[in-house]
Amino acid sequence: MLRLVVRRLLQLIPTLLGLSVLLFLWLNRLPGGPASAILGERATEAEVARINRLLGLDEPVWIQYWRFLKRIAQLDLGTSVRTGQPVWDEFTLRFPATVELAVAAILIAVVVGVPLGYFAARRRGGWLDVTSVSGSLLGICIPVFFLALVLKGIFAVNLGLFPSYGRQSTGIDATDVTGFAVLDGVLTGEFDASWDALMHLVLPAITLASIPLAVIVRMTRASVLEVLGEDYVRTAEAKGLRSSVVRGRHVLRNALLPVITAVGLLTGSLLSGAVLTESVFAFGGIGSFIRQAIDGRDYPVLVGFIMFIAMLYVLINLVVDLAYSLIDPRVRVH
Amino acid sequence: MTAPIETTGAEAEAQPEAVLVGVKKSQIEGRSLGQIAWMRFKRDKAAMAGGIVVALLILMAILSRPIQWLFDLDPNKLNQNLVDPTLRAPYGGWGGMSWDHPLGVDPGFGRDLLARIIEGSWVSLVVAVGATLLSVTIGVIMGVVAGYYGGWVDSLVSRMMDTFLAFPLLLFAISLSASVQDGFWGITGLPLRIGVLIFVIGFFNWPYMGRIVRAQTLSLREREFVEASRSLGARGPFIIFRELLPNLVAPILVYSTLLIPTNILFEAALSFLGVGIAPPQASWGGMLTEAADQYEVDLQFMFVPGLAIFITVLAFNLLGDGLRDALDPRSK
Repeated sequence: MLRLVVRRLLQLIPTLLGLSVLLFLWLNRLPGGPASAILGERATEAEVARINRLLGLDEPVWIQYWRFLKRIAQLDLGTSVRTGQPVWDEFTLRFPATVELAVAAILIAVVVGVPLGYFAARRRGGWLDVTSVSGSLLGICIPVFFLALVLKGIFAVNLGLFPSYGRQSTGIDATDVTGFAVLDGVLTGEFDASWDALMHLVLPAITLASIPLAVIVRMTRASVLEVLGEDYVRTAEAKGLRSSVVRGRHVLRNALLPVITAVGLLTGSLLSGAVLTESVFAFGGIGSFIRQAIDGRDYPVLVGFIMFIAMLYVLINLVVDLAYSLIDPRVRVH
Repeated sequence: MTAPIETTGAEAEAQPEAVLVGVKKSQIEGRSLGQIAWMRFKRDKAAMAGGIVVALLILMAILSRPIQWLFDLDPNKLNQNLVDPTLRAPYGGWGGMSWDHPLGVDPGFGRDLLARIIEGSWVSLVVAVGATLLSVTIGVIMGVVAGYYGGWVDSLVSRMMDTFLAFPLLLFAISLSASVQDGFWGITGLPLRIGVLIFVIGFFNWPYMGRIVRAQTLSLREREFVEASRSLGARGPFIIFRELLPNLVAPILVYSTLLIPTNILFEAALSFLGVGIAPPQASWGGMLTEAADQYEVDLQFMFVPGLAIFITVLAFNLLGDGLRDALDPRSK
């Protein structure tokens, strides 16, 4: 197991290096690079040259790249052009909100999606099967931001059931402990704050869950159908095991393997979805901030956030891979 | 057991005639792969519906300018008289729907929504199809080369695909298309935005196609006909173009059809975030941004571009799923 972890960690290095090279080249070398982002489009040649010297952009590319790498390793990616705060601070300040949203979305997707896919497969061709298969097609086809707008329009604006933007109502006096608003309320005993945060979370989380939910339903259904046809399931049934044992130990456990991988791979689309969802609900996480960074051409923020998120994404996939080998001993052998 | 007999050409031709005695020729007819696929496809009602909608959409996109001219639709004509100047909302219910403006007008400006949807359709399809062609080209070349040659070439390409797949795609596309400014390569305005979108979306989506093609190539290259070709002295490029690629047409076609809706959503998302097609040019994503800003004024507005995107994406997905079932039933 340790050898596997070490080997997988070593395999990350080329991926991350490749990522950093691309990010560095593309975002530092494009026309209208950092200098004109700071100075605006009408800057004179001399001003641009001065800023370039200041930022070290007049030095050979490989020296610049080396410096870029060293800074990433120290989690230092300069300061935001807009707010003047270090990029890392901006990142950690907003990160909990996005994590909270993403976790809520994945929870919804798994808790609803796995049973739905499972029962759809068990009663193949039944009404639940037909509904969930066509429902998951709709979930994939509906644009995330359109769904966000529809939910917001109907449930927040017209019916007033949920708040339409933000993470917390203005009147709530909540103590900040971890940055996860719902958890903070529970930790400090301020349950009204917790409830308020939860209410703010409902619509964005449902929106963000739409694609993962669709994917998980499809994967679980396909996977359960496949496992149900396996010989070992028939054997288990034939030798008279109780059906709850067969379902739990033989069917579900084997059927969930590909689903776990899918959940890992969904992290990327979850983060992309978070940008869109947060920008509709003004949720105040990384997504909202990236939207503001786009509008303000805030280069360091964009580069930094993407690098951090990419690293995170790669690490999550590593964790998923390892979780996979814990559940499925066959993987460890190879 | 009969030993294989050496037959002369005449004998080999004569044999089928013997079997066909008494049967009309039209009844037993060899069916090509395409005919079989078409038969399967015709039975699939959802796929047929998707195919028809896709055909209509393509027609609408190609003919968008003639249609606008014919029906006197102008996507950028302001109709301030149709909009309440203080509330900004269109007069009349349902977003100002009327015979002159079947889908209503947008709040604030009073521009005809039908015209803007038609105008947006070609933008959406050009970007999506262009990006798909780009990713398919890169993906197929990379996939075939990696799968056929194997060894270090394969590990290099596979690593590259891993790196690309590790990108939070949308985020990178955002920063890239946000950073390209007017005058890049001497191109400005709409052509530049479309070019950037095609490049950004297409360039980052190729690994999906690459993986599929690589996996298919890996199994194809072990097949007998490739071996036969190789033992007759064929070299890499010949085998790739004459033996492998013709057998890869079905999966490439299927996954290209399935990539298009993904790319339509991608373009809409980028335009929605304000880094795609710039206003006042009509685009479906851009219209949703306007709807998001105006949703308190006119809630109906967002359903027009939203449903346009939804229907298009759904139609392409149904078509793609149908094609997959028809061309490659095993992969289901």
